Amino acid sequence: MAPDRDTLLELYRTMTTIRHFEERGVPETGQRGMSASVHSSVGQEAVPTGVCAHLTDDDYIGSTHRGHGHCIAKGVDPKLMMAELFGRSHGPNKGKGGSMHIADMSKGMLGTNGIVAGSVPLAVGAALTSKIQRLGRVAVAFFGDGGANQGVLHECMNLASVWKLPVIFCCENNGYAESTPVEYGLSVANVADRAAGYDMPGFHVDGMDVFAVYEAAGEAVSRARAGDGPALLEARTYRYYGHTVFDNPLTYRTKEEEDHWRARDPLLTFRNHMIAQGNVITAEELDQMDEEARVLMEEAVAFADASPLPEPHEIYEDVYADYPVDMMRRGANMSV
Amino acid sequence: MTTMVETPMLPPPGETREIQTREAINEALAQEMRRDETVIIMGEEIAGGAGREHLGIVDAWGGAFRTTRGLIQEFGNERVLDTPLSEAAFVGTAIGAASTGMRAVAELMFVDFVGVCMDQLLNNAAKMRYMFGGQVKVPFVMLTRIGAGFGSAAQHSESFYSLFSHIPGLKGVCPSDAYTAKGLLLSAIRDDDPVVFFEHKGLYGETCPVPEEMYTLPLGKARTVRPGSDITMVGISKMTWVAVEAAEELAKEGVNAEVIDLLSVSPIDYDHVLDSVRRTHRLLVVDEDTPVCSISSDICARVAEEAFDYLDAPPSRVTPPHTPVPYSRALENLYVPNAERVVTAARRLMS
Repeated sequence: MAPDRDTLLELYRTMTTIRHFEERGVPETGQRGMSASVHSSVGQEAVPTGVCAHLTDDDYIGSTHRGHGHCIAKGVDPKLMMAELFGRSHGPNKGKGGSMHIADMSKGMLGTNGIVAGSVPLAVGAALTSKIQRLGRVAVAFFGDGGANQGVLHECMNLASVWKLPVIFCCENNGYAESTPVEYGLSVANVADRAAGYDMPGFHVDGMDVFAVYEAAGEAVSRARAGDGPALLEARTYRYYGHTVFDNPLTYRTKEEEDHWRARDPLLTFRNHMIAQGNVITAEELDQMDEEARVLMEEAVAFADASPLPEPHEIYEDVYADYPVDMMRRGANMSV
Repeated sequence: MTTMVETPMLPPPGETREIQTREAINEALAQEMRRDETVIIMGEEIAGGAGREHLGIVDAWGGAFRTTRGLIQEFGNERVLDTPLSEAAFVGTAIGAASTGMRAVAELMFVDFVGVCMDQLLNNAAKMRYMFGGQVKVPFVMLTRIGAGFGSAAQHSESFYSLFSHIPGLKGVCPSDAYTAKGLLLSAIRDDDPVVFFEHKGLYGETCPVPEEMYTLPLGKARTVRPGSDITMVGISKMTWVAVEAAEELAKEGVNAEVIDLLSVSPIDYDHVLDSVRRTHRLLVVDEDTPVCSISSDICARVAEEAFDYLDAPPSRVTPPHTPVPYSRALENLYVPNAERVVTAARRLMS
């Protein structure tokens, strides 16, 4: 089903918000000395945007180390996310998770995850809860082309298929697992080819084209919601920057390749498409959303900087629901 | 001399039946699933013969050790889930279900199999609550099996609970009989944190008095099963009874040993041990887990740090060697601590 005008506006707003969050938040976090564990998803905005447009706050997603886009697309407040990146107590995780663990249970966001394919079984478990309790919710497990080769993913695809769980396995294939090209690490041409091995539909779409992602995800989510079981959705995309801010990707890929993908930029593609469609959304409206996203990040950085640091005693909090604090500090010669 | 026996930690008089540990575990699971419909259980062969209902086959195994028998008939295959042989998937899925509204129990057939699913325990179950700033509770129980002495060799016999005690965010319990198995399992399922529940294969057939009604025992609390004044012996799981057997031997020599049943391996009830050692002035830990970086070494360190001035002898231990579990009976019998080794070690501390 083609997206209506309101949906189109929302798709672009999400993409530009992700873009602005990454372009502003990643270097700002670095300036605060915490850049080691922050991964930019610039270039990949269309994938979480097109998928999460079909989800509500009651649905679940599990995310990856490159997960800011998933959070924003699932409705997590960028101001709170920025506070989390800065290690501040107003982050959704109270500053104890950071970029690789941003979670917001009120939005069905089961966490970005520092383990490759680490959140996949969590999403499958959420789908199991939904099935048992007849909640009608679906779960999306995001992973990358690196995660595509993790054993737990394959076990989970089999299990979800056997149990017919409402879960979508969504591979963001950005071409590289750290520095290793996908064509080296993958035994098949496309990750989606593996769906056949688990008796589920496989979708392979252009991940730079939010409309293609939106359409395929819509079908996969509808099937899952109807009780028809899981699907594997692969979106071919590209990360413009390195694996981390310390990585120079030109040590393993060419400038020509980067230029090729940047010319297919998802925000630019969207803009051109709107113009070609006779200005369903005007350039001015798009500019306006870009500007609002830019201003939002100004506010987010200010909000995060104003947020207090965690108090020392918080080091012991939320390890367990119930556990003697004495047991955590005993023998450690802690000062608090 | 004052005894440290805490009556709630021992079977109350009257209104009990003699049942096996395996039956107590089964009873606890059934009673809690009856009481709380959010409790689910999944694992390999927990019913058995799954998918053959059309042939009249249901509950073919009832668990590899028959601890889950009958559950599928009463609660159905939506709450009693036989899994493919995919520990990483089903342990992780149980953790995901636990963090989204279920109370999920997963059974890992033997603790030795944890290698294939350790990531789910280490990086998801144990850390989610902390990483997420307290946004989730993870009421997840992993039932698993420990214990050597059955000719099962190195990959089906370890007692590696210390692996889990080392991980902040996990809890662990080692029941030593049917009474503690039932009470601790009910507590573990009702607990809002992930708990690993270690069932010793050598205790399944043992019986003791167990109340039929539901009761809980506190996680993180040890109990004294034999009061004494001359030496404190700490047992874990089946080793508690090896220590008791040794204590009876020592009594013939006029040595009055106190035996503590640790029960929980996270949190560890150090204070119960320390109170005893401050009276007896000697410590001997009897542990079936290997000796390096273990519960036994940890208790010795704690006692050395906090009761050094009370000690009349070095804190000491009886454990297996730092080797895998051997297959041949000739070697396996050497591996598992027995009363004779405990008595010898205790005599040395007394001299």
